[in-house]
Amino acid sequence: MYDFALVFSLRHARREPPMALTREQIASIATLARLDLTSSEVPVYQDSLSRILDFVGALDRAQTTDVAPMSHPLAGLSQRLRPDVVSEQDRHEQYQANAPQVAAGLYLVPKVIE
Amino acid sequence: MSGWHTDTLTQLAAGLRARKFSSVELVRALLARIDASQATLNAFISVTREQALSDAAAADRALAAGSAGALTGVPIAHKDIFCTQGVRTTCGSRMLDNFVSPYDATVVARLKAAGAVMLGKTNMDEFAMGSSSETSFYGPVRNPWNPQLVPGGSSGGSAAAVAARLVPGATATDTGGSIRQPAALCGITGIKPTYGRVSRYGMIAFASSLDQGGVLTATAADAALVLREMAGFDANDSTSVDTPVPDYVAALEQPLAGLKVGLLREFFDQGLDAHNEQRVREALKVYEQLGARLTEVSLPNLPLSVPAYYVVAPAECSSNLARFDGVRFGYRCEKPRDLRDLYSRSRGEGFGAEVKRRIMTGTYVLSAGYYDAYYLKAQRVRQLINADFTRAFASVDVLMGPTTPTPAFAIGAKTSDPITMYLNDIYTIGANLAGLPAVSIPCGFVQGLPVGLQIVGPHFSEARVLSAAHAFQRVTDWHTRVPQGYA
Amino acid sequence: MSAWETVIGLEIHAQLATRSKIFSGSATAYGAPPNAQASLVDLGYPGVLPVLNAEAVRMAVKLGLAINARIAGTSVFARKNYFYPDLPKGYQISQYEQPIVAAGALDIVLDDGEVKRIGITRAHLEEDAGKSLHEGLPGVTGIDLNRAGTPLVEIVSEPHLRSAKEAVAYMKKVHTLVRYLEICDGNMQEGSFRCDANVSVRRSGAQQLGTRAEIKNLNSFRFVERAINYEVARQIEILESGGAVVQETRLYDPDRGETRSMRSKEEANDYRYFPDPDLLPVVLDQAFIEQVRATLPELPDQKAARFASQYGLSAYDAGVLTGSRELAAYYEDVVRELPREPKLAANWVMGELAAALNKENLEVGSGRLPAARLAGLLRRICDQTISGKIAKEVFETMWSEGASADAVIDAQGLRQITDTAAIERVIDEVMARNPAQLAEYRAGKDKLFGFFVGQVMKATAGKANPAQLNELLRAKLA
Repeated sequence: MYDFALVFSLRHARREPPMALTREQIASIATLARLDLTSSEVPVYQDSLSRILDFVGALDRAQTTDVAPMSHPLAGLSQRLRPDVVSEQDRHEQYQANAPQVAAGLYLVPKVIE
Repeated sequence: MSGWHTDTLTQLAAGLRARKFSSVELVRALLARIDASQATLNAFISVTREQALSDAAAADRALAAGSAGALTGVPIAHKDIFCTQGVRTTCGSRMLDNFVSPYDATVVARLKAAGAVMLGKTNMDEFAMGSSSETSFYGPVRNPWNPQLVPGGSSGGSAAAVAARLVPGATATDTGGSIRQPAALCGITGIKPTYGRVSRYGMIAFASSLDQGGVLTATAADAALVLREMAGFDANDSTSVDTPVPDYVAALEQPLAGLKVGLLREFFDQGLDAHNEQRVREALKVYEQLGARLTEVSLPNLPLSVPAYYVVAPAECSSNLARFDGVRFGYRCEKPRDLRDLYSRSRGEGFGAEVKRRIMTGTYVLSAGYYDAYYLKAQRVRQLINADFTRAFASVDVLMGPTTPTPAFAIGAKTSDPITMYLNDIYTIGANLAGLPAVSIPCGFVQGLPVGLQIVGPHFSEARVLSAAHAFQRVTDWHTRVPQGYA
Repeated sequence: MSAWETVIGLEIHAQLATRSKIFSGSATAYGAPPNAQASLVDLGYPGVLPVLNAEAVRMAVKLGLAINARIAGTSVFARKNYFYPDLPKGYQISQYEQPIVAAGALDIVLDDGEVKRIGITRAHLEEDAGKSLHEGLPGVTGIDLNRAGTPLVEIVSEPHLRSAKEAVAYMKKVHTLVRYLEICDGNMQEGSFRCDANVSVRRSGAQQLGTRAEIKNLNSFRFVERAINYEVARQIEILESGGAVVQETRLYDPDRGETRSMRSKEEANDYRYFPDPDLLPVVLDQAFIEQVRATLPELPDQKAARFASQYGLSAYDAGVLTGSRELAAYYEDVVRELPREPKLAANWVMGELAAALNKENLEVGSGRLPAARLAGLLRRICDQTISGKIAKEVFETMWSEGASADAVIDAQGLRQITDTAAIERVIDEVMARNPAQLAEYRAGKDKLFGFFVGQVMKATAGKANPAQLNELLRAKLA
């Protein structure tokens, strides 16, 4: 197998070992993303996320002062506006056929405490 | 049974129009091939037999009445990322195992309107995240050239189905190479159009600023025919571009002589398998003989495309996949204790490992304190890469190079290290970041496995890119090769 | 001077009065059956995409122009990511770094008549969330997504407000403005117009802002006032007892009249904003902005100034009469009929009419008493057909029976007596019947003048012209 550095003769400027994410960091990312991880999954993601972050750290090499971020591949296009017309009908029964739990037209979730 | 299945999609469409055979006959024959292949290839998640037969019968009536469209009666398959009304649409995920779409994706609706008959939904990497079609909830897809190998991904089901001649064409999507890489690994033709050329409405989003629908077929001429019907402005997609769709089929025969071809220096580096490189160089010689003028060009920032992609794509995916929460559709865990538990377990159990990895990566790079260093930085690098392409296209008409560094690899070979897997898309990702049209066509074999040549053009140059691919296929026969056992 | 200074900033959410939602073709009407107005886009179904409603953009620009703000040539929609059941996509489409409306300002009038300028940091477009329903659902919460995707403009003020009263005055000002602009129906019970209040206190004279609490979802002026007053007292009490205010989201409980911490928002949110890749930048050229500017109505402040100068009204009266576009239009309809009596018209519109409307909880535009009809009544006062006192009785009959002034006057024989001879005849009779009082008056008891006026009015059932009566009576009694 080849590795990234070999492929593009690209070597990280910094040679210290990759920054490793802690278990706590993985847990807090998983909480933010609402992903329940098993205890065996945590070290797996700890390892792979650390490696991915190290890998994408190569971006630091690029000189990007005065370069605008590009969020769309088609520069110069602008948002089209839709006329204010009601075009949708009530289809809640059809749409709710996919819902795990409904009653009286409402989607149900465990009690939310505000 | 006649040799229909080895006919190209263009030939089948013509045969149907000429009433040489019926759509029902053709559909029956291909459904039988799908059934026979399923245990080996696992290319399909759903086969829509009844609907296909009734649509084929309707197509035959339209053909008899002389009211046929460009694709009337032509069997196709849809990647299971496209929503199909009344048909299960899973995106290769447990999360959507029970999801029946109440609407058709625009691509599906357009191909239906053109008369195409859907035979089923093809297998894929879960939520299109992968380069090997191994992350599907429905098991890995296998490469028809060697079932021990991956077909590439994420559109591996569509690619395997076309390569094994189960269908003459199948829709696919490409976020970082998911059309071109499996096309290369399966020895077929695949086009990823310009971003905005094909509507994304109804195509389940992975990374919205990179996703683009396209098609996999045996030949460039077939791709031109299907793309002509798929493409075009859609008011339901704000990023769809309102410019007319040229007749890609009519443009196929435009002369190639004088075409300025740029060879990407960065694509012919140490990472490229030597045999692959040889096949690609031979293909470039063919182009030279056809009158193309080859020059070397450099895109200095292109090496950063993979790291930029693995920030941008996970960031967008982490947000796009937040809607899968077990409330309105999709998987819901058993007996949630409370709302938090409902979310976390439904998502934790409903998503597979690679999807979770990308959601977490994306969540991290967007979170407070890291946004500038990762997300914004990657979007700036994206700008640099885009500028590199723009500069290159000022002096050449198209860019050519390998589609992948190596031919198909073994199932399981790269699943342990995500970075190794991500590097499969090293030559394809640039076109996604810049939104460019690109095709992959078969250009030879290495140890019995197909190799792909990639052709990238400037925005909206699909006609140019397809005609260049077609010119090659007129003088070569790699695209006619069918894996053993499927001929 | 108090030892503590209150600092308040408001984030006002106004639902835009579009027919369809901001990113889908669903209706926005209030009160539909649950989820009947939730389309695939509103539900965040897999594969669907947002398309921006032109009218929502126009309305936001209208607001921006009305507060003298700069309209952004390019604005960008971003995703605000968080999980909540009323937020179907797991993110809210909002504007973050590049809002459509940049800094502007509004003037409010304080109790002492002083005018205070309140800075508006920005106003941006976003989509509303759905609703969570708890009642009648044991152990579960029901989600209705009809409101999800309704266009909102969020108007963010600078922390320039120094009391609950100022906050209410500012909110009322914005309320008046959005209704003038016809971009929001202003219905607070239905949640069309609501606000979050950022409240903090600091020692008087301190430069640095105190830690703030954000009180969510206040949907009446009274609640805003009470919630802020409660919160200010709570924070001062904490600080005076040596504690520290916690930065948090709080909810106002109108039944208990207090604010409490919101458990559901307890954890620190990391919204992970980033530009929404499904939407392109909104680019507005000067021509579009000028086109919207041309549709701007006369604004409340402009109208009030004009009323004061054109009709000679006090600043207060002009302010009241321009409190809504409908009221101002009604007043001007009345004045158009009686161009020489703007003050009389003002008194009647703000007095009898306002009281009658209030009593029945009606809007001025209800059509219960058309302006022309009120003008008809006032005309009879001016031409001395009836007195002002009789007019009030006539008004009541007109109000309850929907009749014209003349019909009521004729039917009840209320026409004023202006015939000098007739009035003199009555005066003579009254004098003859009350010799003792006459003698007392003539002996210097001036107060008895009123007695004679009363007697004559009684004899004429109040119809004697008061001015004439005064004059004639004075002459006769002398």
